[in-house]
Amino acid sequence: MIIDTQSIKKVIGKSVPDRGQLIMILQNIQQEFHYLPKESIKAVSEYLNIPQSTVYSAATFYKSFSLIPRGENIIKVCKGTACHVKGADLIIDQLDAALGIRPGQTTEDMKYTIEVVNCVGACAMAPVMIVNNKYFGEVKCNRAARIAKKG
Amino acid sequence: MKIDTISKLDKWRKECHKKQLAIKTKVLVCLGPGCLAGGSDQIYEEFLKILEKKNIDNISVESIKKTGCHGFCARGPLVVIEPQGIFYSKVKKTDVAEIIEKTLLKGELIDKLLYKDPGTGTTYTEWRKIPFYERQQKIALRNVGQIDPDAIEDYIAVGGYAALAKVLKGMRPAEVIEQLTKSGLRGRGGAGFLTGRKWATCAKAESDIRYVLCNGDEGDPGAFMDRCIMEGDPHTVLEGMIICAFAVGSTEGYIYVREEYPLAVVNLQKAIDEARNYGLLGDDILGSGLCFDVKISKGGGAFVCGESSALMKSVAGEIGEPRAKYVRSVLKGLHDKPTVLNNVESFANIPVIIEKGADWFASIGTKKSTGTKAFSLAGKIRNTGLIEVPMGITLREIIYDIGGGVLDNREFKAVQTGGPSGGCLPAAKLDLQVDFDTLTENGSMMGSGGMVVMDDQNCMVDVARYFLNFLVEESCGKCVPCREGLYQLHNLCKKICDGEATDDDLRLMEDLSRTIVSASLCGLGQSGPNPFLSTIMYFRDEYMAHIRDKKCPGGVCKSLITYRINADCDGCMACLTVCTSDAITGEKKKRHVIDEIKCNRCGACYAVCNVNAIDII
Repeated sequence: MIIDTQSIKKVIGKSVPDRGQLIMILQNIQQEFHYLPKESIKAVSEYLNIPQSTVYSAATFYKSFSLIPRGENIIKVCKGTACHVKGADLIIDQLDAALGIRPGQTTEDMKYTIEVVNCVGACAMAPVMIVNNKYFGEVKCNRAARIAKKG
Repeated sequence: MKIDTISKLDKWRKECHKKQLAIKTKVLVCLGPGCLAGGSDQIYEEFLKILEKKNIDNISVESIKKTGCHGFCARGPLVVIEPQGIFYSKVKKTDVAEIIEKTLLKGELIDKLLYKDPGTGTTYTEWRKIPFYERQQKIALRNVGQIDPDAIEDYIAVGGYAALAKVLKGMRPAEVIEQLTKSGLRGRGGAGFLTGRKWATCAKAESDIRYVLCNGDEGDPGAFMDRCIMEGDPHTVLEGMIICAFAVGSTEGYIYVREEYPLAVVNLQKAIDEARNYGLLGDDILGSGLCFDVKISKGGGAFVCGESSALMKSVAGEIGEPRAKYVRSVLKGLHDKPTVLNNVESFANIPVIIEKGADWFASIGTKKSTGTKAFSLAGKIRNTGLIEVPMGITLREIIYDIGGGVLDNREFKAVQTGGPSGGCLPAAKLDLQVDFDTLTENGSMMGSGGMVVMDDQNCMVDVARYFLNFLVEESCGKCVPCREGLYQLHNLCKKICDGEATDDDLRLMEDLSRTIVSASLCGLGQSGPNPFLSTIMYFRDEYMAHIRDKKCPGGVCKSLITYRINADCDGCMACLTVCTSDAITGEKKKRHVIDEIKCNRCGACYAVCNVNAIDII
C-alpha cells in the first residue's frame, strides 16, 4: 500500500496544532492507515513544531501504535490473567500452526496479523479472541484457526 | 431543551418516570462484554425486527431495552423481563420468536431458558432469587444492566442527577467534602486512599485552576468492573465528577479511558454530549453558576498510565512516565495544577452517598473499609461475572456462595486478587474478610477488583512468571530497579519453570525483590515483585518441586512434563488434528501414540481429548 503525504496531512489537519494533541493525532493516523507510516512521523513533527524524536518516542512508548504495516485482518488473542489460566497459549500455538506467524507478525500476503493484547475486559468469557473487532468467547483451541480465517 | 433550573429537572424527572411507567413490560437485553461475545446484539435486533412487524398490545419496540452488563456473564447471553424479573439465560437468536409468543403474549415461562442451579438442581424464575444475585448489594453498579446507557431519560427516571441537584440546592462545597469524609469512602482503584481527604487537600490548594480526572485506564488483567460502569451507566460517572468539581472548585475534567474499551468511549461521549445539550455540563449548570466541562482522553495501551502521575502526563499528550512524588499530584498534577484523580467506581459511588447520606454508606461494610466493592469473577470459577458485595464478606462467600465454586468441581488452589500488583491467596485464606487492610496484611491487595480463581491444573510458578513477564513488558523503563530488576526476576522465574534453577536462584530472587520494592520510583515497580513474593509465601512447595524434583505439580511448565496417551483412547483423531508438531500417530478407532521427541508440549491434545485419554507425567 502506498500512502502519500497528502492523505497523511489531511488526517493530521483534523486536529489543532497543539502539543497536547500529539497522542490524539497519532491515534487518528493509526486508525486511518492501521499503522504509522514513516512519513507521518515527520509530518506530525512539522505540524506540531516538535522534534521528530519526540514523536517517535510517543509512537514507540504506546503499545497501540505500530510502525510496520499490519495485515488486512487483525486477530487479537487476549492474554489477560483469566485467558492465560484458561489456555490462551493453546490458541496462539494453533494460530501459529495454521498461519505460520507468531504474535506481532503478519503473513506474507498481508492478509493476517496476530497480536497479543493484555486484557480486553471480557474475562468472564475467557479465553477470548477478537477478529476485526468482533469478540469470540470461550474459544476452544481446535476452533481457533477457523475463527481466525472466517471471522 | 435546556434544563436550567432545579425545578425544571424535577419536572423532567416526573415526565421521564411517567414515560417509563407507561411501558408495562420491559425486555432487557444485556449487551455487556460477555453477552456481546455470545451474539446478544443480534438477539436485540431480532426482537426489534419481529416487534416492528407485529402489532402487539402493550409491547412495542420501546419495551426492548439494551443494557450494560447484567452481571451473570457465565450464563450469557441474558434476557431479563421486568417487572416480573424473569431471567432467561443462554438465549439464542432463534429463541426470540418463542419468547415473544409464549412469555410476552401468554405469560408462559420457557423452561429451557430458565436458570437451573447445577449444585442444588433448583430452577429459578426470578433473577433476584438466584444465589449469584441474592448475596449482592449494588451501589456503584445500581443501574448497570437495568437502564439503557444511551438514554439520558432512563438515568433521569431512576433518580439521575438528583444528587447533583441536592448539592447545588443547599450544600456548600465544604459540606460535600465533609459528607464524603464521614462516609469513609476509599479510592476504588486499589490504593484505598480516603476520597474525602483527597478532595479536601485539592480544595485547599491555592491555584487559579483545578482539574478533576477520572481514571478509566483499567489495565489490570482480569478486571472489567470499570468497563461495565463506563459502558453501562456513563451518566453516573459524570454526575460524580460534577459533584467533585463543585466541591473542589474545578472547571475542567477529563476521563482517561484505555483504548481497548472502544464502546466505553462511545457511550461516555454520547453521555457527555447529551448532558451538555441539557445543560447538565458546561456553563451555569442547572442555573447554579457552576461551570464544568468534561473531555475524554484516550489511552494508548500502556499499563503504567493507570499510575496517577503517568496518567496526567498522558492526558497532556506526553509519554506516560511516572515522576517521583515529592509533591503529591493532588497539589501538582495535570499541567502542574491541583488535580483530583479518582477511579470510575469511586465516582459512581458519590451520587448515592450524597443522596442517602454518609451515615448510611458508613453502616455498610467494615469500620475501616466502608461501602461495597465491585469485583469481576473470572478464571476457573463456575459463575464468572460482575458482582458487587459489601466489604467484609469472606473470599469463601464470594467464590462458593456467589461464584458457585470451582469449575468442573476441581480442587481450589488459589485466588488472584489485585492484578499484577496483587497476589495469590491459597485455600487456607478463604475465610479472610475482603477489605483493603486484611488483603494487604496477607500479602495480596484489593486492587481494582479483579478476582481470578485457579485450580489444581494451574501452576503457581507459571502464574508468577506470567505476571512478571507482563510487568517487564509494561515497565516504562525510567528507573533502573524496575526496568532491570523485574527483567532479571522474570529470567530467574523462567529458569525455575524450565527446571534449570537451584536453591541459590530462589534466594537471589528474594533478595532482588527486596531491592526492587524499596528502590523503584512508582507503584508499578514497588509492587512488581508481589506476584513472586505472594506465591513463594504460600506455595513454596510448588517452587521446590520445580527446583529439586524437576516436576511441575500443575502440569503446566513445558520443560518438566510429558504427554502420554493411555488405554482409554478411542482413536477419535481429535488430538491428531490439533497437534502442532506432528507428534501424534495412529489410525481411526485405534489407540494413538505421542512421539515424545517430536512433541513440543503445546497441550492442545490434552485440551481437546473428550475421554481423558491423555496423561500429563
